[in-house]
Amino acid sequence: MKILVVDDETDVRTLFEQRFRREIRSGQFSFSFAYSGEDALNYLREHASEVVLILSDINMPGMSGLELLKHIKQQYLAPPPAPPQVMMITAYGDDESYRQAMQLGANDFLTKPVDFAALKEKLTLLASHEN
Amino acid sequence: MSVNTTILFTIPVALLIVRSMRRFFDLPTRLPRLNQALTWIWVPGAILYVAALLMKWKTDQLDEIYLLLVFAAVIVTLLRLQNYRPARTVLLAMVPYVLYSAIELELELTGGAFLKEYDDAFDTSRGFAMIWLFTFILIARNQKKQLEKERILREEEEKAKRLIEAQNAELERLVGERTATLTQQAEELREALTELRITQTQLIQSEKMASLGELTAGIAHEIQNPLNFVTNFSDVSAELIEELEEERQRADRDPELEAELLVDLKQNLQKITHHGQRAASIVRGMLEHSRASTGERQPVDLNVLADEYLRLAYHGLRAKDKTFNATLVTNFDQDLGTVQAVSQDLGRVLLNLFTNAFYAVQKKKERCPDGYTPTVSVTTLRQPDGDVEVRVRDNGTGIPEAVQKKIFQPFFTTKPTGEGTGLGLSLSYDIVTKGHNGTLTVETSEGEGTEFVIVLPRADGTE
Repeated sequence: MKILVVDDETDVRTLFEQRFRREIRSGQFSFSFAYSGEDALNYLREHASEVVLILSDINMPGMSGLELLKHIKQQYLAPPPAPPQVMMITAYGDDESYRQAMQLGANDFLTKPVDFAALKEKLTLLASHEN
Repeated sequence: MSVNTTILFTIPVALLIVRSMRRFFDLPTRLPRLNQALTWIWVPGAILYVAALLMKWKTDQLDEIYLLLVFAAVIVTLLRLQNYRPARTVLLAMVPYVLYSAIELELELTGGAFLKEYDDAFDTSRGFAMIWLFTFILIARNQKKQLEKERILREEEEKAKRLIEAQNAELERLVGERTATLTQQAEELREALTELRITQTQLIQSEKMASLGELTAGIAHEIQNPLNFVTNFSDVSAELIEELEEERQRADRDPELEAELLVDLKQNLQKITHHGQRAASIVRGMLEHSRASTGERQPVDLNVLADEYLRLAYHGLRAKDKTFNATLVTNFDQDLGTVQAVSQDLGRVLLNLFTNAFYAVQKKKERCPDGYTPTVSVTTLRQPDGDVEVRVRDNGTGIPEAVQKKIFQPFFTTKPTGEGTGLGLSLSYDIVTKGHNGTLTVETSEGEGTEFVIVLPRADGTE
């Protein structure tokens, strides 16, 4: 299962690669990284059908995670291919952000610091559905 | 017997002389004791008379003896008055006459033959002595009058002098009063100035604190991120160590995997250090911002400073308006080097400019939400002549022309009451111009955006 992680903090890549090292080694998950909303859209344009899940930070300079979400939902208005799941991750766990994310069609809403154990469970569940 | 009575006529003469002398020389004030003694001038005369009577001494010279005694008394008095010029003159006047009288008396007492022989000569001498006497007494009178006039003149002068002195004293008093009033006013002004200075310091401090308050959320976010990384990298490192331990206990150990795990571990520790320092630097920046400026110039990397405060300002605004988002553009001149500056002061200037820029783009976004990308950019440049330039640009609402001239004035703000102190740009202007001999200028076009340009001179810029 291919997952795109969008965050302006580059160290997120190292973190995810180590957290999911066994899953990556076993080939269960495969991660790609984009460091801005614009990067993410470019990547999706080239790998549209591959990405199953997008994990995006909300708070990023330039295009915010919520804008990215809006763009993605607009692009995938008419399937196929099936639209990827989008999980929002934010340091600001406020109601307004949550409401906006849900309104724009986010599949899930996580707050930082990320509980990787819980995230792993969610991803595993998703992967089993996928298969 | 009848001859001796002449002395009785001489006594009134003696009293007359004493009286004249008293009046002429003002003896009661000049020589009060002698004056008192002169009252008894008749006593020797009376004694002589009575003595002669008793001794049945018959002579024509009794009155002359007495007169000589009187003259002696007068001479003693005059000698006592020798500092007074008319007294000296009178003394001079008396000398020939007294001498003549003395000689005559002596000759008469010793016989009188010689006297009779030179009768004419004696008469002439007597006449001369009398003329001399009266002439000099007249001169003495004139001298006395002259001295009197001089005395009156002196007294008048003295009076005039006293008057002038009195006027001077009055003037001095007035001047003193005025001086006291002025001194008091000056003191009051000085106190007012001191109070103003204290108020200014307090205002500057409260402005600092107000901007710090705006930043709190941004700072919290900026610290939260690195702390999350510290936590996450520590957790994952624990996992890696567990995996490493498991690997080492297996019979068929995979050295390649072990090496990889060790490399990752090392990398994680570096990352933990990095993010820990990042958080520490933010806290340090915050403390520096709130601390009173030491005013000490140190080499400052404006690229680092601008980047730090750009992020703080951005997150500060986001903390208030979570839906707000902006594109941050940094164009840093990599050859900028350092400038000699007071970093917390320049930090405040940058923070202020960034906060204003974000405020402007936020307002514009509220007005036209679609198709507008709020952008705040910061550009640093070392100019060919060595001056250092920092440009803070936004594509926000711009500043209306009517307002442009006022933006650097203290307490001028376009923000609603309670949102701005109106001191930010005014303080920034002072910091750049007075504190660093630089310039702070603005280029703006209403509805298009604003650009603030800080230029710090080379003298401060090159080390």
